[in-house]
Amino acid sequence: MNTDNTQNTPNPENPEQAEDGAPRVENVNPTGGVALPDLESFRKRLVNRQRRGSIWARFMSLSLVVAIVALLALAYNIVDAAFGYVLTENVIEPTEVVEFVLTDVRNDTTTDPATVDLATLGASELAAVLREYQEPRLRVYIRDFLSVVPDDEFTQAPIRESLAGSSFRGQFADLTINDLDAAEWTLILGNNIPQDRLVGLVRTEVIGERILETWSLTESVTGFAEIDEARVAAVEGQNPNARLEFRSWLNINFLISPMSTNPAIAGIRTALLGTLWVMIITVGFSFPLGVGAALYLQEYADDNWLTRVISTNIRNLAGVPSIIYGLLGLSVFVIALEGITTGRSILSASLTLGLLILPVMIVNSQEALRAVPPSVREGSYGLGATRWQTIWRSVLPAAMPGILTGTILGMSRAIGETAPLLALGASTFLVVDPSGPFSRFTVLPIQIYQWTSRPSDQWRSLASAAIIVLIILLLSLNAAAIYMRQRFRRKLQP
Amino acid sequence: MTQNGAYAIELKDVSVYYGDNLAVDKVNLKIQNQKITAFIGPSGCGKSTVLRALNRMNDLISSARVEGEVIFREQNLYGPNIDPVEVRRRIGMVFQKPNPFPKSIFDNVAYGPRLLGIRNRHDLSDIVESSLKGAYLWDEVRQDLKKSGLALSGGQQQRLCIARTIAVEPEIILMDEPASALDPISTQAIEELMKDLVQNQKFTIIIVTHNMQQAQRVSDYTAFYSIRKAEETEGKERRWGVLVEFEPTRQLFESPKSEETERYIGGEFG
Repeated sequence: MNTDNTQNTPNPENPEQAEDGAPRVENVNPTGGVALPDLESFRKRLVNRQRRGSIWARFMSLSLVVAIVALLALAYNIVDAAFGYVLTENVIEPTEVVEFVLTDVRNDTTTDPATVDLATLGASELAAVLREYQEPRLRVYIRDFLSVVPDDEFTQAPIRESLAGSSFRGQFADLTINDLDAAEWTLILGNNIPQDRLVGLVRTEVIGERILETWSLTESVTGFAEIDEARVAAVEGQNPNARLEFRSWLNINFLISPMSTNPAIAGIRTALLGTLWVMIITVGFSFPLGVGAALYLQEYADDNWLTRVISTNIRNLAGVPSIIYGLLGLSVFVIALEGITTGRSILSASLTLGLLILPVMIVNSQEALRAVPPSVREGSYGLGATRWQTIWRSVLPAAMPGILTGTILGMSRAIGETAPLLALGASTFLVVDPSGPFSRFTVLPIQIYQWTSRPSDQWRSLASAAIIVLIILLLSLNAAAIYMRQRFRRKLQP
Repeated sequence: MTQNGAYAIELKDVSVYYGDNLAVDKVNLKIQNQKITAFIGPSGCGKSTVLRALNRMNDLISSARVEGEVIFREQNLYGPNIDPVEVRRRIGMVFQKPNPFPKSIFDNVAYGPRLLGIRNRHDLSDIVESSLKGAYLWDEVRQDLKKSGLALSGGQQQRLCIARTIAVEPEIILMDEPASALDPISTQAIEELMKDLVQNQKFTIIIVTHNMQQAQRVSDYTAFYSIRKAEETEGKERRWGVLVEFEPTRQLFESPKSEETERYIGGEFG
């Protein structure tokens, strides 16, 4: 088949022409008198047909390339900021603190301070450190961590009231905090604040690591000479103790430290816990509701105009901008139902996000139920099952993989939502772990949003590290979804 | 409960409608106890529709409506105080395409007894074993009752479905073209099983089949259905099924009373 010379020939599609070159077409004429193109013009046209196909194929592969490039750019952007050199300086070096503890508290002059990690010191030792270096602020720490009365009453109230729930010596119960001396304050701090919190406090208040300058991963790799110049300049100038280190902003301390005003020690502990709490309650709320509504629509409700209107509008609800759910949550869960949800709590956030993903859950569950073959239902009814037995024992198990997939899709959406929680009034700065459905909360996307909106590079690096955590969380969710779906499928199929 | 004479089930002027369309018109039949009755006829003659009317499977189609009376144990199945769940438990059904549940072989057979509230593992095992034996499947699957029912061959799946049905001890078993999706050897196994179910296990079977040889091989009675047409306005045609002839199988095939039956079994239409 030689078609080379036909590449550029314009090809008039004229069926009348077919008669002269194609005797074979005339012999058999199943087309009822319509002459098909002869072989010559068919070949000419075939070249165009094939070429049109390959143009589309090229366009489609191009779209894929664009998508991949965009994804890579995004990943680069995040990773670039999350790793790199930082220039830091401590107000007081950790070894100095450890040395103080060893000599003045433990009376141990033989151990080398460099071999003892700050984080291994005991609570009372850390309290002693705070007294040594920050004595005037001891009462502030007590107020921030232990006080249960409003800040302006703290100094006047007897500690029986202001420190209710904390331990202190009984004879001081009727005195105010100002009546006690530094030794007592130290005792109260050491006895009531958990050791890991005291470590954090010493890091912020005593050691006071400050980040002077940060560089991105690209800069760290390509421009070390400049970075070193900056270090030398700092050491010779105002920051003689400045140190250069390569820092992964994503590290264990980042995961387990609470939010802080100092980017050197700020972490996402509260946000991570908040996200976990919110997700658990969100799914616990929307899964039964979503599956229940889908079951009712699919299995019980008559197929009339009302159910069709409802079904269509549930689909529409899935496309409503999430900020609207936030406003709804604000006026219903935070304000109107404050007595139940205690206002801006994890419960309010969960219910709002639950409503947000409910349409997705219903629609996906409905699809999954619809995909259950009628033979499954017939088989069950044929054995004398009631409708509920049929649903519970046959239809639901068969639809479960699809329902779970829908649930995880909903969760993936909820976990990244920021706007509705902002509208709801999520805390942007929170150092206290959420302890239950009624706690105040912050979640990862809020934390990220809050960090990215700050001006300096350090916060952007923190935000990037938090984004990586969020993405890992999302990917593991999706992986869990795929795993569960496959497991269910394997159970259902031979 | 005393039996209604010698009849397992009796149809009196049974008509089935889908919406406003008549599907089957006024069928009158008396099905014998512990016999195999075959429904034959061309596609669209309503034989499956009549079969499904016998255990109220048509209830699952919201537009379907049944008129007339189906008398079973002296009661009209479409009477006001009849629960279709009870009807289906006493009149079981086997479908055209084998439809085991996506569960283990054991759970497939135990599905019906569990619906009835039997929880004891030992009792369930007994029922599963005797039902699988009754369906000629026990020897093939006794080693792997935990295997998925869907892992069996087509013929085995259909016998599993029969085992599942007889596990709730229905009085009548309806079979809607049970062998049409199977190969000849599996078909033969199903046919022998049907004969055994009737002769040795005292079931009554009603079978819909496309295959006239099958009807001749297995059935004691045969009902022949056919199609009636009527021209409606605007050139539209209305079609519905009727019962043409109901006789002992041999008589129907050897000396049919109706000329239409003779033409159908002679292969002239269908």
